[in-house]
Amino acid sequence: MANNKKIAVLGAGMHPWGKWGRNFVEYGVAAARDALSDAGVEWSEIQFVAGADTIRNGYPGFIAGATFAQALGWNGAQVSSNYAACASGAAALATARAQILAGLCEVALVVGADTTPKGFFAPVGGERKDDPDWLRFHLLGATNPTYFALYARRRMALYGATDEDFAQVKVKNARHGLNNPNARYRKEVTIDEVLASPVVADPLRLLEICATSDGGAALVVSSMEFAKKHGIANPVTVDAVATVTPTFPNTIIEMPNFSTDSSVAVPQEGRTFRASIAHAAYEQAGIGPEDVSLAEVYDLSSALELDWYEDIGLCAEGEAEELLRSGATAIGGRVPVNPSGGLSSFGEAIPAQAIAQVCEATWQLRGQAVGRQVDGATVAVTANQGLFGHGSSVVLSK
Amino acid sequence: MAKEQRQAVEGFFDPSIPALTGTTCVSCGTIFFPAETTSCRNPRCFSTEFTPTNLSTRGTIWSYTDAQYQPPPPYVPADPYTPFALAAVELEAEGLVVMGQLANGIGVDDLKVGMEVELISEVLYSDDEADYLVWKWHPVSGASNGE
Repeated sequence: MANNKKIAVLGAGMHPWGKWGRNFVEYGVAAARDALSDAGVEWSEIQFVAGADTIRNGYPGFIAGATFAQALGWNGAQVSSNYAACASGAAALATARAQILAGLCEVALVVGADTTPKGFFAPVGGERKDDPDWLRFHLLGATNPTYFALYARRRMALYGATDEDFAQVKVKNARHGLNNPNARYRKEVTIDEVLASPVVADPLRLLEICATSDGGAALVVSSMEFAKKHGIANPVTVDAVATVTPTFPNTIIEMPNFSTDSSVAVPQEGRTFRASIAHAAYEQAGIGPEDVSLAEVYDLSSALELDWYEDIGLCAEGEAEELLRSGATAIGGRVPVNPSGGLSSFGEAIPAQAIAQVCEATWQLRGQAVGRQVDGATVAVTANQGLFGHGSSVVLSK
Repeated sequence: MAKEQRQAVEGFFDPSIPALTGTTCVSCGTIFFPAETTSCRNPRCFSTEFTPTNLSTRGTIWSYTDAQYQPPPPYVPADPYTPFALAAVELEAEGLVVMGQLANGIGVDDLKVGMEVELISEVLYSDDEADYLVWKWHPVSGASNGE
């Protein structure tokens, strides 16, 4: 079936990731100006602004679309603001895409940016005994790495993953990110250095857990007609955006929950939530994992990247370690994963991160990923998962 | 003199048994922990009636980890901070996996995936007025370690 739900990516832009300590609006505006200039589109031409929200920067963060629009200079565009945890950036892209495909606008700007505190992500302040995110910190002391570590230990017990496998993911991604000008960490590490870093949440070590970062990312997207009018005959296209929720019963323990759903009345069937995200995108795009040239996945921990290999269909369940060890997921291999360097090299700037994944995919498909280019890339997939049943996957091609 | 004992947050467990306190949907039989009392979350069920249910007090470790670094507030850490272990525990009869800290003194070296554990009540933190209790898991003595 021909995919007639394509939109064009005209421009991609980022503010480098780091710990800059400045207002998030500055990063979003810098990324937006980059994306507009990359697209050759004037800000005054933008008809729709889709912002991805940050919840740690006060009211301007909750209405990010309007915040960025005002900072760029009110231009009368329609506006939306999305919060969807780690998938916020993709949710903003999904909104812009729907506007374009419905014919309600021709060209849109998607922006996300964040300024983050140091250390573990903590719940928003105040005593909230009805908020699972507050409760898991208070009653369990369960941080985000707690959950990543549960998945890591489970892989060791079920599939024979080793500390060295997890460290190898970090070594690979650090090498990928070395030449990425937007990455926060650009330093090679060895397996020994990873294993010598302190354990945070057994079996995961400090160098294997994604940091929290400041950063901003933006995209200019349009209808295929607008791209053609603009003189871009063969743009990178967004072929699918999946933001599916889990199906009941969701039987894998997830942040910030105390427990899984019970499968006592309704048995769990089909794919797990994490696996359903990319597969929904493949179905929309009319492709399969065998068509993928590269993937950007959410390596919140080194071990989690291995779960993603299986969840996005690069290999069967239990075979991720073998795929990693074969070198297939390194640049130069069959299907490089996280050629940008991933969260391992960036740290997480929540509302910008899913957009940054799409920026990297765009540059890879255009052949512009200097120093980290995947040769002959034609199809890219992104995948992420966040709190409260949020996740996203985007398929792009050229 | 022993201080008053209170639950850190009411509604999750009954320290006198001790057991986790959930609910069961009277229509479809789905079990909920934490307790659901408003509207059944089985998408094919529209029940709004639930009965209180104590969960099994024994289960097997689905996976485990620890917290070597002090979690941020609202966690109330021991002073000085002492790392603790956490586990996700599978309760077969309820068809779910539930989180909990391990008892004081139990570390990751004492644990294995598949090991049998039982629920206990332990002090999570204290202030001048009271000790605040939470549920924790403890390896069943002489339990198979899952191998």
